Amino acid sequence: MIVTILDIVIAGLLLGGLFALIAMGLSLQYGVARVLNISHGEYIMLGALTTWTLFSVLNINPLLALFICGPGAFLLGFILHRTLYKRLLAISESPAIFEGKSMLASFGLLFIIRNLALLTWGSDTKGYSYLAVPVSIGGALFGANRLITLGFALLIGIAFYLFLTQTRIGKAIRAAAQDPTTAGLMGVNINLVLALCFGLGAAMAACAGMLISMSYPVQPFMGMEYTVIAIIVVVLGGMGSIPGSFIGGFILGLIGSITTYIEPGLALVSYYIIFVLLLLLRPTGLMGK
Amino acid sequence: MNNQTMTSKSFLVPGIILLVGLLILIPIPFFAPIYPVILLSSIFMYIVLTSSWAMFSGPTGQLSLATAAFFGVGIYAAAFLGTKMPLLLVVFVGGLVSAFLAFLVGGLTLRLKGVYFAIFTFGLLELIKHLLLFIEIKITGTRGRFVVLVDNNKVYFIMLAILVLTILTSYLIRRSKYGLALFSIGEQEEAAEHIGINVTLVKVSAFAISAFFIGAAGTIMATRWTYIDPYIAFNMEFSFTPVLMAIFGGLGQLYGPIIGATIFAYLEELIITKFPYQYMLLFGSILVISVLYLPNGLVGLIQKWRVRTAGGENADS
Repeated sequence: MIVTILDIVIAGLLLGGLFALIAMGLSLQYGVARVLNISHGEYIMLGALTTWTLFSVLNINPLLALFICGPGAFLLGFILHRTLYKRLLAISESPAIFEGKSMLASFGLLFIIRNLALLTWGSDTKGYSYLAVPVSIGGALFGANRLITLGFALLIGIAFYLFLTQTRIGKAIRAAAQDPTTAGLMGVNINLVLALCFGLGAAMAACAGMLISMSYPVQPFMGMEYTVIAIIVVVLGGMGSIPGSFIGGFILGLIGSITTYIEPGLALVSYYIIFVLLLLLRPTGLMGK
Repeated sequence: MNNQTMTSKSFLVPGIILLVGLLILIPIPFFAPIYPVILLSSIFMYIVLTSSWAMFSGPTGQLSLATAAFFGVGIYAAAFLGTKMPLLLVVFVGGLVSAFLAFLVGGLTLRLKGVYFAIFTFGLLELIKHLLLFIEIKITGTRGRFVVLVDNNKVYFIMLAILVLTILTSYLIRRSKYGLALFSIGEQEEAAEHIGINVTLVKVSAFAISAFFIGAAGTIMATRWTYIDPYIAFNMEFSFTPVLMAIFGGLGQLYGPIIGATIFAYLEELIITKFPYQYMLLFGSILVISVLYLPNGLVGLIQKWRVRTAGGENADS
């Protein structure tokens, strides 16, 4: 009995670490840059497929791929914000209009990125084996790659938290999240900060993609599933609250592993039920303002 | 008096266009080969989905991503009832069930604004899809269902009838006090409430009316697919495509969504079977370009061009 509970809890934490990482990226993009990035999962997909290519073609260690995927995605996100979203911000009359327009633009980007990936990699499912050795925790067996995923998610989460609270640019980001106009008046280069946040969100997504590719099969259509999970976690934690997303990720991971234990077919359904109920009863989420 | 002649005139022109359109479209199945009939039915379907979406989301500015959910409900109505009732009644019931769902959703989500409404409707689609999949596999023990096949010409005529009804309804709503109420809700909901508009009723009923046509279109379309499962019926693409088509065409005028849907539905037929990825790439690019450079869609472009040419004439004389 205790082993079973431990089993479920650890499985939930392993899943939750991944969810938290994915959601923190989206939370940064929505909370600060005000872009509800529907193409978030596509950066995850790009990270996963790039890692797969680096490993299976060039034989580069997936964990080292982090140093290629992360900066690459950051640059992509940064440039996208400097060009596309900056222009949208300039032509939108109000924040609400910008939110609607930027969401539509990210829909368009979703189709662009996904189909470019399909043209590059084809539509078949790919996978590779890396560190898939079982590790025993209190009698329950888990793949070493999943434990690494959790470790990385925690590491990135903590590093990011320190970045936000301890550095000057982190302070600027927090200020911009609270009130962009006032932050601008205080001398924060607001456009740069927003682009930085968007790029960081994309980089986190790509890192998550790298981790996902170590444990799950990957293909160009995989992005949407993770986008949806990211949105659910962000709503659960409170839109724009980064600690909320971190905690929300683990909560959703636990809910997922409990439901999977009871009835595997209902895991996705349980996510959506929570999502729909949350929006109806408490749209501000657990830690929202 | 001037006002009165304006009204009768503006009723006359669209009436003539509609009549001429029908005179051309009705005889087609009697002499044309089968392919154009099927192609036209698909184009009609996209126009219905896009115009219905624009009927609610255009004036209110609430981005609904539930189109695929209403469409899927219609499809399943065809699967459940197809053998039990006459076809026209099935189409009607399919529309009614969708409208009922929209009524419920609309009532529940009144407090949700902006992106919250969009992601709620999106979540609803996924919830229905996965719940249905679970029920079908675990309880009814099937994954997919068969739908009774209907003659192509019959599909064509019913789809045309739904199309005409959709456009007539959109037209009447735009010209009525009810339509004005919808627009004022989109502009400023609190202000609309203060001038005595029953915001709840107007919003929910508009959502339900638009869902009726989407559901009816789904029911008749299902008869052409013959086999359906939750993934086919509740396909996300049917939520996204109407949004793009409407925005590309332009939401400001009745004919905007019609133009957008016609162009894209034809493009899709033309290239999707050979170059599916390139088509979707084009689709995404046009969406981004429309959002960036065409705030009022093609309609806005046409109007700008007309103003410019008219202005030029004035300057000359």
